[in-house]
Amino acid sequence: MTTYTLPDEIRKIRSHYCPGCGHGILHRLVAELVNELDITEKVIAIAPVGCAVIAYDYWKFDVSEAAHGRAPAVATGIKRSLPDKVVFTYQGDGDLLAIGLSEIVHAANRGEKISVFFVNNNVYGMTGGQMAPTTLSGQKTLTTPYGRNETEIGPPIDILKILQDFKNVVYLARGTVTSPKEINKTKEYMRKSLQIQMDNKGFSLIEILSPCPTYWGMTAINALKHINETVVKNYPLGIIKDE
Amino acid sequence: MNDKILLCGNEAIAEAAVQAGCLFYYGYPITPQNEISAYMSKRMPEVNGVFIQSESEIAAINMTFGTSTTGKRTMTSSSSPGISLKMEGVSYMASCELPVVVINVMRVGPGLGNITPSQSDYFQATKGGGHGDYHVIVLAPASVQECADLTQTAFELADKYRIPVFLLLDGIQGQMREPVLIGKPNNINSYDKTWCLTGAENREPNVVKSLYLNDNESEAHQEKLQNKYKLITSNEQRAELYKTESAQILIIAYGTPSRICKPVVDKYRKKGIKIGLFRPVSLWPFPKDELKKLDLSVEEYLVVEWSAGQMIEDVKLTVGSRKPVNFLGVLGGRPMTVKEVEDKVETIIAKHGVHI
Repeated sequence: MTTYTLPDEIRKIRSHYCPGCGHGILHRLVAELVNELDITEKVIAIAPVGCAVIAYDYWKFDVSEAAHGRAPAVATGIKRSLPDKVVFTYQGDGDLLAIGLSEIVHAANRGEKISVFFVNNNVYGMTGGQMAPTTLSGQKTLTTPYGRNETEIGPPIDILKILQDFKNVVYLARGTVTSPKEINKTKEYMRKSLQIQMDNKGFSLIEILSPCPTYWGMTAINALKHINETVVKNYPLGIIKDE
Repeated sequence: MNDKILLCGNEAIAEAAVQAGCLFYYGYPITPQNEISAYMSKRMPEVNGVFIQSESEIAAINMTFGTSTTGKRTMTSSSSPGISLKMEGVSYMASCELPVVVINVMRVGPGLGNITPSQSDYFQATKGGGHGDYHVIVLAPASVQECADLTQTAFELADKYRIPVFLLLDGIQGQMREPVLIGKPNNINSYDKTWCLTGAENREPNVVKSLYLNDNESEAHQEKLQNKYKLITSNEQRAELYKTESAQILIIAYGTPSRICKPVVDKYRKKGIKIGLFRPVSLWPFPKDELKKLDLSVEEYLVVEWSAGQMIEDVKLTVGSRKPVNFLGVLGGRPMTVKEVEDKVETIIAKHGVHI
């Protein structure tokens, strides 16, 4: 019988995340991978502005904050200074796709040898549930009370489609956390991303569809169903690019 | 380098930075500072350094943020409109206590203004510029040699106090060529770097952050910053005193205008007028202690700036209102003339008759 234990890389403190949030699972996956890849002493993470800003309270390795959206630029500065370290950003959808679109696109195009873990929950959680670039058409949020209107605001943006033709982008995948099976798949995508970096191959980004029951106005179970039934139609799961 | 070489101010800054151990430069094009990034793009590969022409000023300052967290010396440069964009990152770096050197080769503002020289970013540089209760150290060179020397001083101060340091110069100094001797500091690695992000090898993890959600921690952090600013204010005031002995008329000017004022001082000293020049070299902290010492003999002040009057506020805060503080400002990027300064001095002398 296998007994699951938390890795040393995650602090055993009470979570500040809402019930049913995906961040807890993803923080754990990151900590497990850092442990399994034996990079605890050489990993440097960049926490975003958003719900995960205090990721450094959970992770037990070196972490820097970054201003909203600027994590890829900060990661660039760190990785270029210390090319032997393993550098990843952990960013939400407002951070990466709205205010930080320029930074992520250019870091990807330069082929910065970093890993990007992009948590897409279709909404701004930290500030109270506003529309994100990834909010689905028709989805009601604090700032789209009548539902997202594609003719006025445009449809949700898919970063993997934007990046897939970039020459220096070597690996793109999208997973989710709706079941142990999907969590394991997501973990393998993230592992590959870190491995690609350790092999000095180039830029990779893993998008993770993650539930936000609080600002979707759903129970935790229904939020997972919503991902499986609706969100994945907008954001198909799987490996998008592997070169 | 043991010989003087002919460089423009921008190039002197770039080479001085390299000699000071800055191997990470990130920048975005803007006139009149483009010689810096051109120089760095050529120079960095020669010294195994990193040059990135970033996608924006915002990205550039955040790349320096990243490099600074690793303990390496890093620099970015821009001119006024671009510096406004960098201010987000500067505020974060001030709070995270990250060393960085930021070069502002000032042009006319507000807005796109004019590409010609100006000193209209004094408020922005010395009073904060970004959001929050913070200061950066601001150094103002007046020659190409000083562009080089103060760049190296800037790196030392940035490391010593863990603070962003600005070099504030105008477009003339950036573009002007003068013979310069580039030094090579030997104390580059003598600063504490135990706080840096290098991978938590044989130590507890380090965190670089500016967010303190606990009120007590937040207050303690802000107080720590303020105490640092107090220490810098008492330790790092710099000024040049030019013929200030018994000066009854004291001209106060920094950067290129200070050089326009020097021949005026020479001319009137020869005529027996007790006139001198006080040149702030550190704009923050403003060199108020030295200025106060001169107050005893002074009867009238004359502040000469390439702006509508910004440094004059610090002069007035320092000397009070007991004596007239006259002002000569030129707007729009036109160089002021020696004649304009002389005319202003003449009106002051006329007021006092033969007394001065």
